[in-house]
Amino acid sequence: MRIAGKGLIDTSKTVSFSFDGRRIEGAEGDTVTSALLANDIRLVARSFKYHRPRGILTAGSEEPNALVTTGSGAGAEPNVRATMVEIHEGLEVKSQNRWPSLGFDVLSVNDLAAPFFGAGFYYKTFMWPGALWEKLYEPLIRRAAGLGALSGDNNEDRYERAYAFCDLLVIGAGPAGLMAALTAARAGADVILADEDSRMGGRLLAECEEIDGKPGHIWAAEAVAELAGMENVRLMPRTTVTGAYDQGTYGALERVGLHKAADGHLPRECFWRIVARRSILAAGALERPIAFPDNDRPGIMNAGAVRAYLNRWGVAAGKRVAVYGNNDGAHQTARDLMDAGVEVAAVIDSRKDASVALDAPVITGGRVIATSGRLGLEEITVATGSGQERLKVDCLAVSGGWNPTVHLACHMNGRPVWDEAIQSFVPKAGMIPGMEAAGAANGVFSTAGCLADGAKAGEAAAADLGKKASKTKMPKASDSAYRLEPLWVVEGKGRQWLDFQNDVTVKDVRLAAKENYRSVEHMKRYTTQGMAPDQGKNSNVGALAVLADATGRGIPETGTTTYRPPFVPVSIAAMGAGAQGKGFAPQRFTTSHAASVERGAPMIEAGMWYRPSYFPRPGEKTWRQACDREVTMVREAVGICDVSTLGKIDVQGPDAAAFLDFVYTNTMSTLPVGKVRYGLMLREDGHVMDDGTCARFGEGHFVITTTTAAAALVMRHLEFVAQGLRPDLDVQLVSVTEQWAQFGVVGPKSRDLLNDLLDAPISDETLPYMGHQAAQVMGVRGRLFRISFSGEHAYELAVPARFGEALYRVLVARAEMLGGGAYGMEALNVLRIEKGHITHAEIHGRTTAFDIGFDKMISRKKDCVGQKMAAREGMVEESREQLVGLKPVGAVKQLTAGAHIFVEDAQAKRENDQGYVTSVCYSPTVQSFLGLGFLKNGRARYGERVRLVDHLRGVEAVCEVVNPVFFDPEGGRLRG
Amino acid sequence: MRVVCPHCGERDRREFTYQGAAEILDRPAPEVENDAWADYLHLRENPAGETRDMWYHDPCGAWIVMHRDTVSHAVHGGELASEVRK
Ligand SMILES: [Zn+2]
Repeated sequence: MRIAGKGLIDTSKTVSFSFDGRRIEGAEGDTVTSALLANDIRLVARSFKYHRPRGILTAGSEEPNALVTTGSGAGAEPNVRATMVEIHEGLEVKSQNRWPSLGFDVLSVNDLAAPFFGAGFYYKTFMWPGALWEKLYEPLIRRAAGLGALSGDNNEDRYERAYAFCDLLVIGAGPAGLMAALTAARAGADVILADEDSRMGGRLLAECEEIDGKPGHIWAAEAVAELAGMENVRLMPRTTVTGAYDQGTYGALERVGLHKAADGHLPRECFWRIVARRSILAAGALERPIAFPDNDRPGIMNAGAVRAYLNRWGVAAGKRVAVYGNNDGAHQTARDLMDAGVEVAAVIDSRKDASVALDAPVITGGRVIATSGRLGLEEITVATGSGQERLKVDCLAVSGGWNPTVHLACHMNGRPVWDEAIQSFVPKAGMIPGMEAAGAANGVFSTAGCLADGAKAGEAAAADLGKKASKTKMPKASDSAYRLEPLWVVEGKGRQWLDFQNDVTVKDVRLAAKENYRSVEHMKRYTTQGMAPDQGKNSNVGALAVLADATGRGIPETGTTTYRPPFVPVSIAAMGAGAQGKGFAPQRFTTSHAASVERGAPMIEAGMWYRPSYFPRPGEKTWRQACDREVTMVREAVGICDVSTLGKIDVQGPDAAAFLDFVYTNTMSTLPVGKVRYGLMLREDGHVMDDGTCARFGEGHFVITTTTAAAALVMRHLEFVAQGLRPDLDVQLVSVTEQWAQFGVVGPKSRDLLNDLLDAPISDETLPYMGHQAAQVMGVRGRLFRISFSGEHAYELAVPARFGEALYRVLVARAEMLGGGAYGMEALNVLRIEKGHITHAEIHGRTTAFDIGFDKMISRKKDCVGQKMAAREGMVEESREQLVGLKPVGAVKQLTAGAHIFVEDAQAKRENDQGYVTSVCYSPTVQSFLGLGFLKNGRARYGERVRLVDHLRGVEAVCEVVNPVFFDPEGGRLRG
Repeated sequence: MRVVCPHCGERDRREFTYQGAAEILDRPAPEVENDAWADYLHLRENPAGETRDMWYHDPCGAWIVMHRDTVSHAVHGGELASEVRK
């Protein structure tokens, strides 16, 4: 019910939205909950386990009951706290966990079966038989219990990630946070002030209080205006700081566009990483309920929330309200309601000696022992000490005291300390390096106290940052004492709810203790208390008190569970913003990319690079047809392939040769200038790390290549060796992968093609196999290497990257004139398998030089990385799996990589496993499928028939074990 | 998490690659027996508290011996591996 003249929002501006299809009218500035209450709607949700009717408990982000789904279609967002949703025209809101409707929910039969669903229910009931878990129990439980569901569709809404840096992050913009930010900002500190509300001011917006002789919300607005006018201050409303991490890093979630209809421009949310040298936790406090019988009916609310709805939104939560509390603060609720003309049926104070100066019926020493009303509160029963009294009310405002919002202070595993006076936990200094708590978050509950505590923290932070704060003039405000007497549980008939969100009762916690789950961490897991989206914000301290009582310990001895980020649920869409699809990883394009795409080549990922798979020609229907043609073209004419993605590292210095001797198994110091040598690198544990070529350009100048996949790894490794193991060597390394575009010119006509382009022609004499030289191509200075991965007479021509695209187009055009053309990764792979050349499919981290037949490449004349361990017993045993070739000889001609190898007539089971297949292809040259694989004692088994079994794909083939070099084993073609 | 590079100052940890304990710098001579080599490669302390480990700062290429605390997560600072080894 809206009360004319009350509240801080302009009720003349009407905004309508829908709730379960029903049109609701609210006002600009309303949240979903304030608008629902203004329309006298109390029933908002069904509970998680028992489908109990639930209403609105709070007015903030801690809300456990009023969880709703907003929006529709792919972007529908479930489990949104309705208290945090600002209404806008066209907003769709739906209740959850009910069928067919909120008022009549079939699964509320769960509530009748509640005696069976107590603590540990899952553990006890669904243990046996295990086979039924997946098929029956889990789907059943998932259907019956739960909250909202995702659409399952791809959400196209925009989200964002961002980074910010500051001297001081102030978390919370209530009286303490505003004073802290003002004090530090006036001293010159770079300040970020973040608050999860749409409007800054904290409790000042929810209370009828004066600061410096004016309403608290006016003082807050003036403070915010002053801060907004300062260049060194950044205000971040609608931003919840969600986690405190190492070295002053904080996570924060900003609701950027959620308060408006999606227009495609504003992101919905933004996830911030804020790095702050200092922070002040001024996050306030959360009111806690009291666990009396049937305390979960719609209409039973936190007293502070009733005041907030009244004073900020001008909404009375009921027509006839009772107030129930154990502290003086609750009386203010009755006072505010009566001032607004709302009938207060009774003020029930649990303290016998409470003095209540109110013009309303007062019951001191009273207890609420029962409530009734199926879909909303209708009546409460109060034990008055002398008897029982029944009161017809539609709202009960409850206060069990306040808990400082210590969460962020505990995110680095620090434990808060018990404060006897406020019967709650407060942060301890130093729990988060650089963080200070102030105000209600620090256990200071009066407005004057909060202002002073905030100013003090702001001054201290400024001083830490080397700024001097001038003496702050403290605003005048109320300094009323906060007095309370602990009250956790009220005994009586009916369940006393602790965790509304996870449906955990006092009885559940007592049962856990009785069954010896006495540790608070065990109790939590046994009962699921504190495990729901609200993470126990409303129930942790209460549940602890019950557990402490049940186990005969004090609350401080019982201790708290671990507080973990995030403080509020964070959508994955925000945290991973920008990382969908192509945003998942950076894309690297070669200089020939556009030319390849123009030719219709499907581009495939190779690490972060994109490389052409094959180049389809008219009439070719499958990739295999294109691939077969490209392979034959290379073997018979000439093919062009962009090999720029291979890592290129320039190695220079007087000790460059000695350095390369140390990182390669073979000797590079004996390599003449102008020559190229194949090189193998090991890890220090003796396994193969990578292979490539090493070209010498001068006494102290080499250029080495790595595989595409291992480029970054090898660079890091070489730097490690240079800096960490051999700082005695004078050598410098730099990656030049991006600087040079490099193209393979491959096939019997390769030299003819090049001699048409090069400014000075080459011959076998001037450039023999494994030689390299400077080359000028059409006036551009480049490098020409005579090396081959395909086994053909071949070259690699490198030019500065800016000439790459032009050169590639020329090379392909010339190749086509000679009956050749471009070839892609598929053909490249076939060409290398035909020659038995390895890639990372073979050197996959578990193979040794011995396994691939390169044992002799480990020089014994010098030390090198991996040499010692490669010689270990077991690393060079004949029984190891060794690289072999495999050729089908049975009825099935197709081979699959990943198949396992068995003796021909052995059963295909693990004990009989003889090895596995790493690479396969169809070879148009050999006209057969070919495989590379590893086979126990394989080199001694050439000629033997084995069986390949691919259990996954259901393919079996009989093969002959052969030398892995299938084609031109003498290497005659290399030399032209 | 923020990590300190002696060249570049305090930077986000995503600019770094972590590599393990700094003992990897104490490579045995080739003639040392296999057991000592196996220890060097595979045997690691699991300290609660002060630790020294290797971090690579990708943007500048520095290998850094970082002084950290595994309990408090404090990063006390780092030295260049090349300086430590000298
Ligand atoms: Zn650096």
